[in-house]
Amino acid sequence: MSPRPGFVLEVDRSTPSTLFWHGEGYRLERLPLGSRVLYAPEPVDALRDPVGAIRQALDAPMGGVAPLRSLLRPGMALTIAFDDVSLPLPPMRGPDVRQLVIEQVLETAAEAGVDDVVLIAALALHRRMTDAELRHALGERIFDAFAPHGLLWQHDAEDPDQLVHLGLTDEGEDVEINKRAATSDLLVYVNINLVAMDGGHKSVATGLASYKSLRHHHNAHTMTQSRSFMDQHRSELHSSNWRMGRLIAASGVKVFQIETNLNTDTFPEQFRFLQRREWEWTARDRAAFLASSKALEATPDRLARSIFHAIRAPHKMTSVQAGEVEAVHERTTENVYAQQLLEVHGQTDVLTMGLPYICPYNVNSIMNPILVACLGLGYFFNMYRGRPLVRAGGVVIMSHPTPWAFHPGHHPSYIDFFEQVLAETTNPAEIGKYEESFATDPWYVHLYRTGNAYHGVHPFYMWYWCAHALEHVGSVIIVGGDRAAVRRLGFKPASSMADALEMASDVVGPDPSITHLHSPPLLMADVR
Amino acid sequence: MKGLVFERNVARFAASRLASTLGGSGRGAGIGPLHLTDVEPPELPGPGWRRVRPLLAGICGSDLSTIDGRSSRYFEDIVSFPFVPGHEVVGTLEDDDSRVVIEPVLGCVARGITPRCAACAEGRTGGCERVAFGHLSPGLQIGFCRDTGGGWSTSGLVAHDAQLHLVPDALSDDDAVMVEPTACAVHAALTSGVEARHTVAVLGAGTLGLCTVAALAHLRAPSTLLVGAKYARQRRLAEELGADGAVEPDQLVRAVRRRSRSLEASGTLTGGADVVIDCVGSEDSLAQSLSMVRPRGRVVLVGMPGRVHVDLASLWHREVAITGAYAYGSEDVDGLLRRTFDVAMEVVASKALGRLVSARYPIDRFEEALAHAGEAGRRGAVKVVFDLRARERHRGTDPSTKGPVS
Repeated sequence: MSPRPGFVLEVDRSTPSTLFWHGEGYRLERLPLGSRVLYAPEPVDALRDPVGAIRQALDAPMGGVAPLRSLLRPGMALTIAFDDVSLPLPPMRGPDVRQLVIEQVLETAAEAGVDDVVLIAALALHRRMTDAELRHALGERIFDAFAPHGLLWQHDAEDPDQLVHLGLTDEGEDVEINKRAATSDLLVYVNINLVAMDGGHKSVATGLASYKSLRHHHNAHTMTQSRSFMDQHRSELHSSNWRMGRLIAASGVKVFQIETNLNTDTFPEQFRFLQRREWEWTARDRAAFLASSKALEATPDRLARSIFHAIRAPHKMTSVQAGEVEAVHERTTENVYAQQLLEVHGQTDVLTMGLPYICPYNVNSIMNPILVACLGLGYFFNMYRGRPLVRAGGVVIMSHPTPWAFHPGHHPSYIDFFEQVLAETTNPAEIGKYEESFATDPWYVHLYRTGNAYHGVHPFYMWYWCAHALEHVGSVIIVGGDRAAVRRLGFKPASSMADALEMASDVVGPDPSITHLHSPPLLMADVR
Repeated sequence: MKGLVFERNVARFAASRLASTLGGSGRGAGIGPLHLTDVEPPELPGPGWRRVRPLLAGICGSDLSTIDGRSSRYFEDIVSFPFVPGHEVVGTLEDDDSRVVIEPVLGCVARGITPRCAACAEGRTGGCERVAFGHLSPGLQIGFCRDTGGGWSTSGLVAHDAQLHLVPDALSDDDAVMVEPTACAVHAALTSGVEARHTVAVLGAGTLGLCTVAALAHLRAPSTLLVGAKYARQRRLAEELGADGAVEPDQLVRAVRRRSRSLEASGTLTGGADVVIDCVGSEDSLAQSLSMVRPRGRVVLVGMPGRVHVDLASLWHREVAITGAYAYGSEDVDGLLRRTFDVAMEVVASKALGRLVSARYPIDRFEEALAHAGEAGRRGAVKVVFDLRARERHRGTDPSTKGPVS
């Protein structure tokens, strides 16, 4: 039976309460009659033979590229870069798709007699992965074959000896990327595509770039000109990456892009109710919801966080394509849209969303207030094509505990950003004056290079990610959040959804139209 | 004539300490060694002494420590019981109604000691080596000496001419009562080695902290002045008085780190502030000060510390200087030797420090007053004072004031 398409429900008297994520927990909310609830299409079917599909992709690449085996020869330098810990979400059950793909690439390379192979985690300015995370992503065999010999690298955007400046785009953008990757005879990039923003030229031009390069597109101006950054044809973020990617290719860097689509099967059986439509919950789903809700109420935050971050998603690969970057990415994006797009007619006055415990930047970590804002206003708000789900001047209501809490090892500069920068201004266009000092702060650089810290500038990027939404909406309300933290973000705290809706009516008037973005699974609204 | 008298009574000390532990600073006033009683005006100790009628008398952190039974035993030999507390005083001279503030340190001149000790000879009366000697009973200041009386009394006190400073008409009573704590702050600002190029961190934003911020901004204008303040109103006031940034105390180390672009090792900044001024005086504040001062920098203790347990390894390794800043006397101001109180009056006027007086209580409501002072920060207050002008009102000079006023 093929998966069911997405669905727009109009709340009526018989509609059961709607499930909202609420950090390391969830809430049932009764939305007003007439509200719309957007349900994602069901996860598409997985490939029956993923390894076979990978081999097929390597043997029959797209975009006029020769099969991988014909690009390999003894004595060549081969670099395999791969997406970092920020994908997929939650981390998938082993074997991770990166492991499956890289094993096939390495096998092909071995058959061709290639022995100069380096693996690079394409961190950009993300935190370094731990050994455990690398083992999970690559599998024990690859990790043990490369890491002990110093052949498993993590991209270091602050090591001048590891970077090479390839030139300027015709828009004057610096293109500076990892030297080993750029000077190898072949660069294979192994990507995981979960949302439409991922992949394409962004893989190399962002994942292996330096701050000098990234600052050209990771800024407030670019993000407000990306409508949305999930729609690459209307995204200045992507335009900039595409210019850089083409310059990288023109510089002689040979990139063999491998992109994979995963399905949206996000949670294991015991949490399956999360991605079911509430009126279809079985007695077992209800029991699981009640049992886990009650248990979480009595669970200390730290333990609850550990429980959720231990979840391994049953994601499965639905397609894999390899070859020339743009040709590959076009197919990948089609697959993402086929799985996630939901046609929605008309914008809404009020957009509600429940935010989970995880986003790309807090895997095995704390979802701090800046990341809460980024997940809601950066990611979820931008999950649209055409027009935003919420009208200009409308209200976004997010549900999340938003604790005033930070992981000091992963997000040290976030703490300072929250204490210093957001205390002064929450306007993305105004925070830029602090960016340089954070980006070059020697302590943050040290922690990024030697610890597991996000780069000093990273919280700015998270706030820039919110720029489009902050410019577009009239008000942002967080339900059930730490009031001081919510206010520091510049948002309004509400103790209940009813209170939030009442507050929203002050902005958009009485009897507003309300739309709830239900997740999981992920969906992308095609707003007509 | 009513006054608050502090007596030596071990049982009451213990009761006060317990009450302040359970209920907060100042809560032991009703059961401790302090009591309201009829007080006779003190005798004039000798020539050159005058009677002063207090108008306003402040409640200081050191007063609260004493009342809470928490002050160091170090002070036992340099106070004399029973005494009337109150050393932050604006009053009028009984002789001619001139309005004066008291410089309460009982140095060699007040004690009739000749020749003066080395410190007094240099004008550093705060460093007087003879505060337990001479014709007066021991007492480092008025307000801790049984012979002089203190500000917390309607019967008045006695002060030597050398301790009197006329108050200009431009200063209100509220301004004037802030002169003494401001003088402490001026002394700290001028002796802490702060230069214009320095980054300075001030920890604590009670009366002394805020006065120190004002004094530093007015007299030294360091390139960066950061303040750690527990309460929002304190942070706002610190910025109004000249701080470049005021943050919660636990954020101050990070703010200093950002400003100095330091790294961190062993829980200590590798760089840090050139000078840290600790206006709290606790074990935690001293440890925090040491963690954010730069190597060869200086930690200045302005808040009165007691017995503390602090790891001094970083002080040794980083060659940090730790110094106290107590009271006042004379200061070298740009090459000129000036009385600290004169400079303090300028700072008070310039920064309008009378605004820090948050509440005024009549003496018979001393328990409320001390409880208020003990939790001033939390209640949005800074300086709590006793208002002793009721007698003046009977004389028709000030019909308007009703206490407490917050």
